Amino acid sequence: MIFNGDTETGETSTNCEMLTKEQASEVFESVRKLSSADEIEVQFSGGRFALTRFANNTIHQNVAEENQIISVRTVFDGKTARATTNKFDDESLRQVVRSSESLAKVQHPDPDLLPMPGPQEAGEMAGNGVGSTPPRHFEETAAITPEIRAEGVRKIVGVADRHKLTTAGVFSSAESLEGIFNSRGLSRWHTQTSAEISITMLADDSSGWQKANSPDVRNLNPLKLAEIATQKAMESARPRDVPAGKYTVILEPAAVLDIIGFMFWDYAGMAILDQRSFLTGRIGTKLFGENITIWDDVTHPLQTGCPFDGEGVRRQRVGLVENGIVKRIVFARATAERMKRSEYKDSVGPIEATGHGFSLPNEIGEMPMNIVFAPVTDPQTVEQMIASTERGILVTRLWYIREVEPFEKILTGMTRDGTFLVENGRAVSGVRNFRFNESLIHMLSNVEAMSTPVRSSGEESFDMVAPAMKVKEFNFTEVTKF
Amino acid sequence: MKYIANWALNTAETRGATYADIRVVAQRSRALTTKNGKVGSASDAESVGMSVRVLADGVWGFAASAALGRGAVEKTAAEAVAIAKASARVKRENVRLAPETPAVAEWSTPYKIDPFSVSVEQNLDLLMKIDAELRAVEGITLAETNLNFSREEQWFVSSEGADIHQTKISTGAGYAAYAFAGNEIQKRSYPNSFGGQWQNKGYELIEELKLLENARRIAEEAVALHKADQCPEGRFDLILDSSQLGLQIHESVGHPIELDRVLGMEANFAGTSFLTLDKLNHLRYGSDLVNVVADARQEHGPGLGTFGFDDEGVAAQCTPIISDGLFTGYLSSRETAHTVGLNRSGGTSRAEGWNRLPMIRMTNISLLPGKNPLSLEQLITSTEHAILMQTNRSWSIDDKRYNFQFGTEIGWEIKNGKRVRMLKNPSYSGITTEFWNAMDAVCSRDEWTLWGTPNCGKGQPQQVMGTGHGASPARFRGVSVGSAFKGS
Repeated sequence: MIFNGDTETGETSTNCEMLTKEQASEVFESVRKLSSADEIEVQFSGGRFALTRFANNTIHQNVAEENQIISVRTVFDGKTARATTNKFDDESLRQVVRSSESLAKVQHPDPDLLPMPGPQEAGEMAGNGVGSTPPRHFEETAAITPEIRAEGVRKIVGVADRHKLTTAGVFSSAESLEGIFNSRGLSRWHTQTSAEISITMLADDSSGWQKANSPDVRNLNPLKLAEIATQKAMESARPRDVPAGKYTVILEPAAVLDIIGFMFWDYAGMAILDQRSFLTGRIGTKLFGENITIWDDVTHPLQTGCPFDGEGVRRQRVGLVENGIVKRIVFARATAERMKRSEYKDSVGPIEATGHGFSLPNEIGEMPMNIVFAPVTDPQTVEQMIASTERGILVTRLWYIREVEPFEKILTGMTRDGTFLVENGRAVSGVRNFRFNESLIHMLSNVEAMSTPVRSSGEESFDMVAPAMKVKEFNFTEVTKF
Repeated sequence: MKYIANWALNTAETRGATYADIRVVAQRSRALTTKNGKVGSASDAESVGMSVRVLADGVWGFAASAALGRGAVEKTAAEAVAIAKASARVKRENVRLAPETPAVAEWSTPYKIDPFSVSVEQNLDLLMKIDAELRAVEGITLAETNLNFSREEQWFVSSEGADIHQTKISTGAGYAAYAFAGNEIQKRSYPNSFGGQWQNKGYELIEELKLLENARRIAEEAVALHKADQCPEGRFDLILDSSQLGLQIHESVGHPIELDRVLGMEANFAGTSFLTLDKLNHLRYGSDLVNVVADARQEHGPGLGTFGFDDEGVAAQCTPIISDGLFTGYLSSRETAHTVGLNRSGGTSRAEGWNRLPMIRMTNISLLPGKNPLSLEQLITSTEHAILMQTNRSWSIDDKRYNFQFGTEIGWEIKNGKRVRMLKNPSYSGITTEFWNAMDAVCSRDEWTLWGTPNCGKGQPQQVMGTGHGASPARFRGVSVGSAFKGS
C-alpha cells in the first residue's frame, strides 16, 4: 500500500516515489474489495514536474512538484460517477470509493452506458493500422536537476547578453504516469518523460520566440533556439506600420498548429450528434485543398502521449482528412454505438470505437489529439516559401486565438514575437502585429506550399507534427500599436 | 498543521533559507453537468498537499508535495532551498520583499448554505428541469447546464511569524442553449457564458440567479437569432451589458495593471503590458466617468477575488486603479511593490493550489457604478442610435493589451431610444485607452453586478484562477463594430 505519511506522528516514511504498474495493481485490488458496485474502474495519474522560469535575464521562478492521483468510477444499474483524490492511505481510499458510489447511486440511468471494456475488446478495437508506440520514457530526461536546467538557462541568457537583448522563458522537465484498471480485467500503464524550452528575446521595439519539446532532452538545443529567437528579435526591429488586408502569409509550424488545433474538437462523433461540429453534413466532402492530408496517430515517432484512451481502449491510427476530403471522425465506445442508431449513421464514414474517448462520465465524448500532417511530395522550406513570395507576411507565432463563428470556423487572434513583411522574395522588415479573422476552411483551401512536418509546440493548441504553410488571401483585419 | 509548518521551517532555515513560507491546502470540488436530458458528468474531487517557498542566496525556490509525513515535508523544504541555490547561478540581484506585519488570523467566506450540504439529487433535479425548459423550445438542438462547488482550506505559516487559517467557498451555475439550422449555430447562455455566474458564497447564489425562470426566454432568443439580421459593420455607439463589460474590464484593465507583466516577468507566455511605469499617475486611461478599483475586501462583495489574506499573508485591500479617468495604481506583490515606490504589497499574490507558486492575480477589478441614478432602460431611452451587445461569445487581445476584439451572443439595434431589431453575430474591436476614453455613460448601483470569471489563465506552469469584475451597463461612443466578419 502506498501511504502519504502519517501526519500526526510524522513517523511513517513518506512516499511520493513514482508508482509502478505492480503497485498500482495492488492498490486497484484493494479498492475493488472496498466497493459493492457492479463494475469499478480505477485510474492513476501524476508524477514529477519541475520548471525553471527566467525573465529579465535572471531566473525568477523555479518550482518542483510531486503528485499522484487516484480516480474511481463505479457503476450501479447503468448509473455511473467518478470521485478523485490524491491521498492513498486506507481511509482516503475507502472515502473515495464511498464518494464515487454515493454519487453514482443517485444518478439517472444512462441508456447509452456500455459495460466496461475487457482487455480483449480494448485491444482488438485498436488492431487496424496501429503500430507499436516508440519509447517515451528517457532516463536522461527523468534525471534532469535544477542545476542542469539552470545551466541551460545560463546559456540562453548568455546569448541575450551578447546581443544586448532581454530574455524570458522556461526550461521544464517532467516524468509522468497514466494507468487504468477495471473489474473486467483490463489493465493499461504508460510512463513518459518530457522536457521543454521556450524562449522570448526582447529588443526595444521588437521580439522573437522559439519553443521546442521532446520526451528526450537530448533532442533540445537551448543555444540554437536562443540564436533563432535572437535573430527574429533583431531583424524585426523598428517595425513598419503595414495596413491590414488580405495577404499571402507564411505561417511557421507553431502558428499553423495553434490555429488548426481549434478544429479538432469537431472531429468527434459526439460533436456530430450534438450538432455543434462544423463537419455536420460535410463528412465525405472536399472541404480543403487537395494537398491537405491529416492523420491522428499516437504511434508516430514524433508524437507523444498515452496509447490508450479514457476507458483504456487502444488508440487507432485514423485518417481524418485525405487530399482535402474529410474522411473520418473519431469515436469513444458509447458514441460509436449511439451513432450506429442515429440519423447520421450513413454520413459520417466508418463507425467504430477508435480509442479517443475521454474519461467517463463526460459530456464531450472524444477528440483526436495526436495530429500528424502527411508530408507533401514537393516540400518547401520556409526560406523557399519566402523566396517565392512577391509580397506577404511571415508569421512566427499566433496568440489569443478564439472562435468567432463555429460553422465556417472563423477564428480571431493576433500575430506575435516575430512578424515580417516579405517583398520580392526577402523578409525585408518587421511589421506591427496584426489581428486576423480567418475561416479555417478558407485557410486550408488556400495552402500554396508546405514544409516537411515537424514536431511543433505553441501555446494555444496541443502539440502536433505540423508543417509550415504558405497561404494566400489570409485575412488580417486590424493592426495593433507595436 | 502547525507541526508540518515547523518541520518545513526548521529544515529551510537549517539549509540556509533567509525567508520561508509554508502553505498546506485542502481543496474539494463537485461538478455536475447535464446535456440534452442526460447527466453529462458527475464528479467529486479532493486534493491535499503542501508547498514550501523560500528565499536562499537572495532568490526564490519552491517545492510542493502531496505527501505530508515528516520525511516528505523535510525533503520538500530541502528541495526548495536547493532549487533556490540553483536559481542563484543565474541571478542579477537579490529579491526585495516589502515589509509586512505577520498576521495571526482566521478568515472564512461568509455563506448561508454550505453548497456541499445540498443533495446531489436536488441539484440534478434542478438541472434537469432547466434542461427540459430549454429543449421545450422548438429549434433548440443542444442544451447544457452546470453546477460547480468548491471549498479550499489553507494554512499559511511564515518564518516571519504569520499564521493564517483561511477557508474559501465558491459556487457557480449556468446553462446554454444552442440552435443549429442551415449553416449556422447560434447560442444563448444564462446568466453568463462559459459556465454562468460564479461567486464566493454558498448555495444561496443558486436561489438568487433565478435559473429556471429565465430558461424559456434564453432558448427562444437562441432560436430567434437565426432570423435576425447580421450585425452591421462600421462605427457605432455601443452599449455593453454588465457581463460583457466585466470581461472587457478583465482583459483591458485587469491584465495590463499586473505589475509582474509590466516588469517583463510574463513576457514569454501571458505577455507584457502597455502600462509602462512612466504612465502611473500620468496616463488618461479613460473618460472622467471611469473609476476602477481592485478590491479584495468582503465589503466589495462576494467576488471570486474576495478573500481575507492573499497567499503571501497580506490582508485584502482596495487599490484605486483608475480615478476619474486617470491611471493611479497597479496590482502588486511583496516582491514587486518597491518598483513603484510602495512600501507595502497590494495583497494580490495568489496560487491556484498547494502545488503552485503565488503570483500577482486580479482580485475584484471593478468599474464603479455611476453616481446618478441611471437604469439600462433609461440609458437606452437616452440613446439616438447604438448597438446593444449582451453576453460574451469570443474574446481576444494582444500581448501588450492594446488591441482587442470581442464577440457577443446577441445584439440589438437601438434607434431613437428603442430596441428596433435583434442582431446576430455582433462584434466590436478597438484600442484599450481609446475605448475607455469613449465611455460617456455608466448605469448606477442598482444595475451593478459582481461577475465571476473562473477561468483566468496565467503563469508557467499555467495557473487557472477565479477573478471578480463588478460592472453596470455603460455606453461608448464611436466604436468599431462588426470587424470580425470583415472580408469573410
